[in-house]
Amino acid sequence: MKSTVNTLLQAWLPPLISLIVLTTALEILLRISAVPPYLLPSPSAVMSALHQYGTELLGATLQTAIAATAGLLASAALGGLGAILLSLHPWIRRAFYPYAIFFQTVPIVAIAPMLVIWFGYGLKAIIASAFIVSVFPIIANTLTGLLSTDPALRDLFLIYRATPLTTLFKLRIPSALPHFLTGLRIASGLAVIGAIVGEFVADTFQNGGGIGTAVEIAIKEQKTDKVFAAVLMASLLGLAFFAVVNGLSQVAMRRWRIAETRE
Amino acid sequence: MSTARRIRPSGSSPEAGAGLRLSGVHREFSGRAVIEDLDLDIRRGEFLALLGPSGCGKSTLLRLIAGLDRPDAGRLSLGDDIRRLAYVFQDASLMPWRTVLGNVALPLELAGTPRAERDPAARRWLENVGLAEAAERYPNELSGGMKMRVSLARALVNQPTLLLLDEPFAALDEFTRQHLDELLQSLWQVHAMTVIFVTHSLMEAVFLADRVVMLAARGGRLLADRTVELGRPRTRATRTSVEFNRTVELLSAMLHEGWDSP
Repeated sequence: MKSTVNTLLQAWLPPLISLIVLTTALEILLRISAVPPYLLPSPSAVMSALHQYGTELLGATLQTAIAATAGLLASAALGGLGAILLSLHPWIRRAFYPYAIFFQTVPIVAIAPMLVIWFGYGLKAIIASAFIVSVFPIIANTLTGLLSTDPALRDLFLIYRATPLTTLFKLRIPSALPHFLTGLRIASGLAVIGAIVGEFVADTFQNGGGIGTAVEIAIKEQKTDKVFAAVLMASLLGLAFFAVVNGLSQVAMRRWRIAETRE
Repeated sequence: MSTARRIRPSGSSPEAGAGLRLSGVHREFSGRAVIEDLDLDIRRGEFLALLGPSGCGKSTLLRLIAGLDRPDAGRLSLGDDIRRLAYVFQDASLMPWRTVLGNVALPLELAGTPRAERDPAARRWLENVGLAEAAERYPNELSGGMKMRVSLARALVNQPTLLLLDEPFAALDEFTRQHLDELLQSLWQVHAMTVIFVTHSLMEAVFLADRVVMLAARGGRLLADRTVELGRPRTRATRTSVEFNRTVELLSAMLHEGWDSP
């Protein structure tokens, strides 16, 4: 019991101390210096904004979470499928992998207005933005997994004259699972960012809009404290996403008896 | 290239139902010959140990026999009696996401055997290697020696007529290795099959094999080919017997002579 408390303390105490020290220092610094609150609000001002606009921001966070989840699920499904297709033959990889890299290199801010033209204002364009930003890590990681199967096991399947399809389903896909989950973890944070960027240009303000919308409006109203409160919510959402995906992948790994260290 | 220092083993005329025949087999990788003009006959039911230093082409030879690789020249013919072959790798190479039973049943599953038949068969083989109680466990819960037993059971589950082993026990501790050597011997004695066992341990080769074939360090030439005249079953006592140690010494001398000369 004592050791559990100790481990908890060791895990939580350092970040907690640094948080308190840094915010207190910032608070004092901002109070004694004459930085106007519209340039940089003090931590206490952000906290009170969080309290004041709490319901509104929570609703916005939920909106963003829905879009990011949809984008991430699309990434998982299409990215996984894409990786499988790419893994089938070196020719397919040479022909189509450059297009996959497009998703990695495309400046989402530049393409977001196009998404509005293609999908119209609203959830579809926002989901598309979350998808574009988050799909590449899934493709790249899953593909690595599919191609780095234990050579001895591949030989074994050859010796037993397994068809390529059997080898894919019984060997390549299961052994790529840890890599897929790594990709999913990276993608989870990116999907939130993609959704927020999407909201900046494509939100219809239905149901109050998402975090991106809240930030945009707060900037126009010069409510800097609200901007920071919204940004804080966005960060927390990203963290929550990562935590959920991380938890899910650990459950999956345990179920598949694959040690995390195998990655 | 001549097969230098070739000692014809007694009583293994290739005509006596040759299980496997390699004639003039040649294999090179990027211009470097790994197997050079190799002739080798392996009798049906024979336990052959293939001995040689790292990089002498033992594994390449095994892969050629398994059909995982093709020779650049020469012929390789497997007798009609060798239909099913199995391969045991240096690592146990189990699938971590499958239970021990699921791993052992894999060859039958790939052959399309229904579950109702393959699971009991896999259980029987787990019993044969002394792991009946581990059927529902997962590979990462097992020790190295246990994993290798599972690997053996998987190789034997579809009753191969030719069993190829590529330094299977090399990564295990001496005690476990001797134990598995004895297990392998008893499995071979009960279930008629031709065995080709690659090792770099002279003692292990002499303990297990009917016949020891040594390959030269370079070019995969035949350095020596010798029958081991030791009775079966070989036990712990065999390892300390005069005859055993005399054979090991003799082969050791041939080995050093062959490998020291360029």
